[in-house]
This record gives sequence, C-alpha cells and structure tokens, in this order.
Amino acid sequence: MFGIFKPRTFFNLANTSLFWLKIILVFALITGLILALLFSPIDYLQKDTVRIMYVHVPSSWISLFIFLIIGISSFISLIFKLRVFSVYAKSLAPIGLVFSLISVVTGSLWGYPTWGTFWSWDGRLTSMFVLVLTYFLYVSLWSFIKNYNSAEKITNIIGIVGLINIPIIKFSVAWWNTLHQPASITLTAAPTIHSSMLAPLLIMFFSFCILSLIIFLIRYKYEIINFRVNKK
Amino acid sequence: MIFSKSAKNRLKIFSLIAIAATIIFFFIYNNLQKNVVYFYAPQEIKNLTNTPSNKIRLGGLVKEGSLKKNNNNYVFIITDLKNEIFVEYNGLLPNLFVEGKSAVVEGVLKDKKYFIASVILAKHDENYMPPEVANSLKKNKLGK
Repeated sequence: MFGIFKPRTFFNLANTSLFWLKIILVFALITGLILALLFSPIDYLQKDTVRIMYVHVPSSWISLFIFLIIGISSFISLIFKLRVFSVYAKSLAPIGLVFSLISVVTGSLWGYPTWGTFWSWDGRLTSMFVLVLTYFLYVSLWSFIKNYNSAEKITNIIGIVGLINIPIIKFSVAWWNTLHQPASITLTAAPTIHSSMLAPLLIMFFSFCILSLIIFLIRYKYEIINFRVNKK
Repeated sequence: MIFSKSAKNRLKIFSLIAIAATIIFFFIYNNLQKNVVYFYAPQEIKNLTNTPSNKIRLGGLVKEGSLKKNNNNYVFIITDLKNEIFVEYNGLLPNLFVEGKSAVVEGVLKDKKYFIASVILAKHDENYMPPEVANSLKKNKLGK
C-alpha cells in the first residue's frame, strides 16, 4: 500500500505522468484564463477589479495547502524517519513560497481599488505575512545549512511549528474583526459567489494545482538525483 | 516497521511538546482576543468605560441616507443597526465606499457619539455576483 512512497516507484510515476500533466495544464489554464478574463461577468460593486480574484484566491489556497503538506511530511519524517518525506517537503517549499508571495502581492493590488489601501495589519493579512516569512525561513535554511542531516532536522521542526499558523490564517476572518471579508467558499455552506464566477475560479484553482504538481515532480526528481550523486 | 521503539519514543516526546504548545497557544489566543482589536463595533465603543484618546478604528455599516457631502468634507453614520456613531471625514472616499455597505474608519473619538476620521477603508462582503443578479435581487427585496 505504501509502495508508492518508495523513491524509485515515485520517480518512475513522475516520469510517466509529467507529459500528460503538462497537456492537462495547457488546456485547463487556457480555458480558465479565457473564462476568467473574457467571459466571466463583472461584479456588481467592484466591476472589473473582481478578476484579480481568479489569481489571488487559488494562489492563497495553494500556499496554505502546500504548507499543510510540508507540515505533515515534516512530522512523518521527524517521528518515523521516513526521510523521503523531507524530500517531498523540500521540493514543495519554493512553490508554496512563490504562491504565497503571489497571494500577498495580488491581494494588496486588489486592496487598493477596493478597500482604499495596499496594506493594513488586520488578522488575515498579518497571519498571511507570517506564512510568507515561515516559507522564507524554511527555504533559506535548506540552502544555508550545508550539512544535509541537520538541515533536514531543523526544517522539519520549522515545518511542524509553522503548521500552527494554518488554522490561524483560515479562521482569522471568523475569530477577529478584520478588513478582509469572510470566506465565500466554505465546506459547510453554499458558496456566496455567483456560479458564473465560481466556475472560472475553480478551473483556475485546478490549473494552479496541476502547475504546482508539475513543478513539484520536476523538483523532486532533481532532489533525488542530487541526493544519489552526493552520496557517492 | 514504522512504529519502531525509537519512533514510539519520539512520538511520546512530540505529543508532550504538542500539548504544551497547545496550552501556550490557547493562552496567547485568549490574550489576543482581549488586546488585539483591529476595529471596534459601535456596541463595543458604547461599552468602553472611558473614551480612548489614541487612534482607533471603528467598523460597521454606513447608514443608508446618512452621507452628507460638503466639498471634500463628509459626514455619515456608522451603525451596527443598534448603536449609531457620527463620523466626520475630510478627504477622498474609496471607490467601494457606498451607503448600506461596511466601512472601517481610522481616527479619534471626540466623544462616544462622534468620531473624527483620518483614513477611510471600504470593507466589502463575501458576496460576488454579476450586476444583473444584483439588480434582480434588489427588485425582489423592494417588492416584498
């Protein structure tokens, strides 16, 4: 059952699936962008500004989701010494860093025309800023610490500790008074985004997921080869 | 086997640290709840024992029909549908600042009913829809 986590099996799986993933990405991204930029309606209040959502929201979701995986992988690697999970986390981290940066930058570009400010230290924005810093710390520690084993251990701890921030980001808009609006899409209630805007949003999310998966697989292959070469 | 003896040991130590961290987190969270207020609702201002002299933020709905303009000087009412606070502001309003929608204003309280704002932020809600849908929703509301 856990055979898929064996480095060799996963490596071969990555090789065979990359081609198809790239084809899916091209189609999904083109459909998503056309729907989001041309065919989706304007918002009744925000007009065309709402189109920033189609990049901002998927990037935020992915940056949270990737950190969740990094945290869980770090836990498995630290406690059960299944060290390939550290490689998963290490390969995922730069992707998460970039998406969290995209989320913060697009969010601030969206904030100016809607809220009237680029930045404000409310609960959601502050906790998201902490996530960017955590990502930055995680990625830079991997490159600053030359010894692989100590780098692995320290980044594992960062990954687990950083996990605390994920529910804070998610629920910040519910716990505190924030400038950021509450979640439109939740697991418990019907989405408060009209279906004509929800469809492109979900397609964009799907294509960003595929994009992350592709970059992850390429980075994973690189890390595994690198590991083997350095071992000899 | 993944549940080796040393793995179980590590798991024990980890759970202890995790429990300790949860308790610490809980205390911090409780404190944050009391101290870190991004903005006050009108009700919370009413409940304050003394009028704060420093810069604070006030958030709520902009009361419909309350916005009055005189050159660049605006006066309007921020309400939580129970309590109302007059807000005076001199400057440009953000695009999304509309009557009947939420806003966050930054400034000082003159007294508990009067706020002098230096910054106005428009807060928008989690609803996104095309204008046609918004119009028909409005019509249905008026028809009721």
